[in-house]
Amino acid sequence: MAAAKSSFLNLVITLTIVTLVASLSLGYVYEWTKEPIAEAQMAKQLKAIESVVSGYDNNPVLESYRLPTPDGRDSLEFFPAKKKGELIGVAVKTKSSKGYSGDIWLMVGFNVNGDIQNIFVIEHKETPGLGSKMTTPKFLQQFMGRNPATMKLTVKKDGGDVDAITGATITTRAFSGAVQTAHETFKKSTVNGAAN
Amino acid sequence: MEQPISLKENFFKGIIKENPVFVLLLGCCPTLGVTSSAVNGLGMGAATAFVLVMSNLAIALVKNVIPDKVRIPAFIVIIAAFVTVVQLLMAAYTPALNEQLGLFIPLIVVNCIVLGRAEAFASRNTAVASMIDGLGMGVGFTFALLLLGTIRELLGNLSFFGYKLVEADGILIFVLAPGAFITLGFIIATMKWLKERESKRTH
Amino acid sequence: MEYLIIIISTIFINNIVLAKFLGICPFLGVSKNTSTAVGMGAAVVFVMTLSTIMTYLVQHYILLPLGIAYMQTVTYILVIAFLVQVVEIILKKVSPDLYQALGVYLPLITTNCTILGVAILVIQNNFNLLQSVVFAIGNSVGFTLAIALFSSIREQLDNADLPEYMQGIPAALITASILSMAFMGFAGLV
Repeated sequence: MAAAKSSFLNLVITLTIVTLVASLSLGYVYEWTKEPIAEAQMAKQLKAIESVVSGYDNNPVLESYRLPTPDGRDSLEFFPAKKKGELIGVAVKTKSSKGYSGDIWLMVGFNVNGDIQNIFVIEHKETPGLGSKMTTPKFLQQFMGRNPATMKLTVKKDGGDVDAITGATITTRAFSGAVQTAHETFKKSTVNGAAN
Repeated sequence: MEQPISLKENFFKGIIKENPVFVLLLGCCPTLGVTSSAVNGLGMGAATAFVLVMSNLAIALVKNVIPDKVRIPAFIVIIAAFVTVVQLLMAAYTPALNEQLGLFIPLIVVNCIVLGRAEAFASRNTAVASMIDGLGMGVGFTFALLLLGTIRELLGNLSFFGYKLVEADGILIFVLAPGAFITLGFIIATMKWLKERESKRTH
Repeated sequence: MEYLIIIISTIFINNIVLAKFLGICPFLGVSKNTSTAVGMGAAVVFVMTLSTIMTYLVQHYILLPLGIAYMQTVTYILVIAFLVQVVEIILKKVSPDLYQALGVYLPLITTNCTILGVAILVIQNNFNLLQSVVFAIGNSVGFTLAIALFSSIREQLDNADLPEYMQGIPAALITASILSMAFMGFAGLV
């Protein structure tokens, strides 16, 4: 029986059946988990937005839009925060690839004047204990309420206004760069009157 | 080869005598890659254990209808399918952990423990025995990752399961890459030392 | 310039073995002497570059258009296993010399997690085809560098007078730790 089974056709048929069964069951699991996954992602975005802008009554995720960065190489996601239909602030999702390892994703909250309300670190793979200190209030505090138009968003070592994290200048540079990009994109959008 | 005590022995062999990480040195990538904290070690271990049990079961059930020549590709497809199930479930219900473990979740497919057990055990044993074998190996793997993660987190971050024991900086190197290698090196050396002492005593 | 940065960062700063912990099994298993280590490295460079191109095309021309991106893990591992077989057959026919040099390492490569790892990373990083190829080459060269360096240290280690329980794997792991520490010095290079 084992010998008869090894014919080429049999091999192909067995493999096809195994793959087919696997893909069909995966399709089923995928359909089943699709909604919870979407919900988990929505919750994650809302949590980030909530911590950088406040006092809105809309769902910023549903009204989000993308705007190109000034250098035109990328585009950022904007989440408008509105109260009774009036724009009170924007959360901008921005990233930097210049960190120590992997991309750093930030959510930066601006009020309508362009002052930074707060910054939330969505995702990073920086060194625990060094670069990861960018998530601490001690580091983030220096940005709160400041306007990048007057605050120079580069590390003090490079002639700017940002206090670098000890031992993690690269992370701080990447972080500041990401905030700067968010600010420039935001500023351009308000100058053109595109922010609505 | 039927042994009366096999079920219990079958389960426990994976935890100590044939511990996949400390003794067999299988699955080293996630062992070193995700154990910068105890929680990560536990999560990774549990995900791998799930795949081990399910794929061992599935393979033991279909082993007789799969021709020998396509055995390995068929096993790989079965394992990859269960890995994808874990990926989807984790993305849905434990999104934070999923992000932490990242790439290492799909890489369970190429974890030598899983294919190794499928080949060495599930392809020639009954479904129940294979499940027990997978469970034992999974628990042993989880134990190893948990031990490594706990030690590294304690030394590197002075915390236990994220709970800070002392408000100070730890020995940072232990949560970084070199710390992973050196901790595993010393754990294995300790195990060898214990075994050596034991064998000297019995002789 | 962008490609140079990818190359330097994958070989030195984020070395796939010493910083990202992929491919530890061959790193520990096939590093007892330098010539086998280099042979394994060469086979990885070859297969990783080809497989990254293949999986990139599969992702963008099959999985995404069909909306079945969740089949990624299953299809990638099949593509890699298939590719390794094909490479083995073609190499045997076209270049027996090369086959002699790399042949024994090819079957080991399917379960080398650097191959699948890089194929997935390329998609996660949203690279285009050229960037992906450069990324694959950089990572595989990084793998070869790590395993070759490591094997030359291990050859010396065999002569060292160590207590019995430190011999073999424990000593190798501690050596790897020091090597990994040395590579951390490259941080901030770009």
